[in-house]
Amino acid sequence: MAQTLQRREAVSRILALRPDALVVTGLGSPTYDVHAAGDRDGNYYLWGAMGGAALVGLGLAQAQPDRQVVVITGDGEQLMAMGALATIGVAKPGNLELFVLDNEHYAETGMQGSHTGQGVDLALVAGGCGFGSAVQVGDMAGLEGAIGTNEAGPKLVVLKIAQDTPPRSLPSRDAVYIKNRFRAHLGLV
Amino acid sequence: MTEKSRTGAPVAEAWPDAIYDALRAAGVTHMSFVPDAGHTRLIRRLQDDPEVTVNVLTTEEEGIAIAAGTWLGGARSVVLMQSSGVGNCINMLSLPVQARMPLLMLVTMRGEWAEFNPWQVPMSQATEASLKAIGVTVLRADSAEDLVETVEQAAAMAFDSDQQIAVLIGQRLLGKKKW
Repeated sequence: MAQTLQRREAVSRILALRPDALVVTGLGSPTYDVHAAGDRDGNYYLWGAMGGAALVGLGLAQAQPDRQVVVITGDGEQLMAMGALATIGVAKPGNLELFVLDNEHYAETGMQGSHTGQGVDLALVAGGCGFGSAVQVGDMAGLEGAIGTNEAGPKLVVLKIAQDTPPRSLPSRDAVYIKNRFRAHLGLV
Repeated sequence: MTEKSRTGAPVAEAWPDAIYDALRAAGVTHMSFVPDAGHTRLIRRLQDDPEVTVNVLTTEEEGIAIAAGTWLGGARSVVLMQSSGVGNCINMLSLPVQARMPLLMLVTMRGEWAEFNPWQVPMSQATEASLKAIGVTVLRADSAEDLVETVEQAAAMAFDSDQQIAVLIGQRLLGKKKW
């Protein structure tokens, strides 16, 4: 599939279409992309715990069933947790959307090729795990169509993106501060 | 087991029921697990409770990440696993440790008491050491009475004091696996 999507543009569009969503980001570039789109109290940025982003999203979606939860992560991070797709497929949180920014490489560590550039299709995996919808998109119209679908969650959208690395946009690395800010946003103490 | 508790229920059934009560009294509404024979009754009690959300996991570290998300969303959870699963969790534990999020793990021990399967022994030996190495507080119980009290106070420490706590349930307490 053609990789015409630019990661920052795509992430900004997702967040513009989900202004009230609670957002969890996977470590590395997705964390920078979401921060670059504008820091929000409803963002929880991961700087580690590789493989955990979608599952933090699952726990959050179950604890906050009336809120939309968006996870934005990368192909490498999601590949580390393919079992998470099975766990989410079984749990079936209707309010959880996973967006995988797929440049088919590990950008953070020197652009080594990942499995998704060699035939592994995460949308097919998620579909086989019972996601309500699981698609791969390569342009903005495809992305907007995938976000607009009325099918029940959980939803997975694989975005085939260009292999560029925009300037880093770094949120706080203080996990306690980000946690307290996030919970205060939900009115929790 | 023929020994009876004060309520008349066999002891082997009484302690999971008492832990269930302790968890619910502590406000736990979410549970995730990788199946273990020692946790069978507690898993069933929590699954049968319509007010408890349960996730079955493919691997134990998933439960650590889910627990973090559950806490971010304002709810309390517990993760159930056996000792062999602790090794799978280590890097994911950096999330609750670094974010100082409450975490309550109940770990049934294998490979330490009348164990038939030698493959259970290495991770059994490493369970407490690896949990401590990543920064999790480890408590341990080898009798049913001690276990219930330990779980009660572990839940208080986790949720009131933002601690990451694993309660190890001794294999001596669980009894010998029937082959």
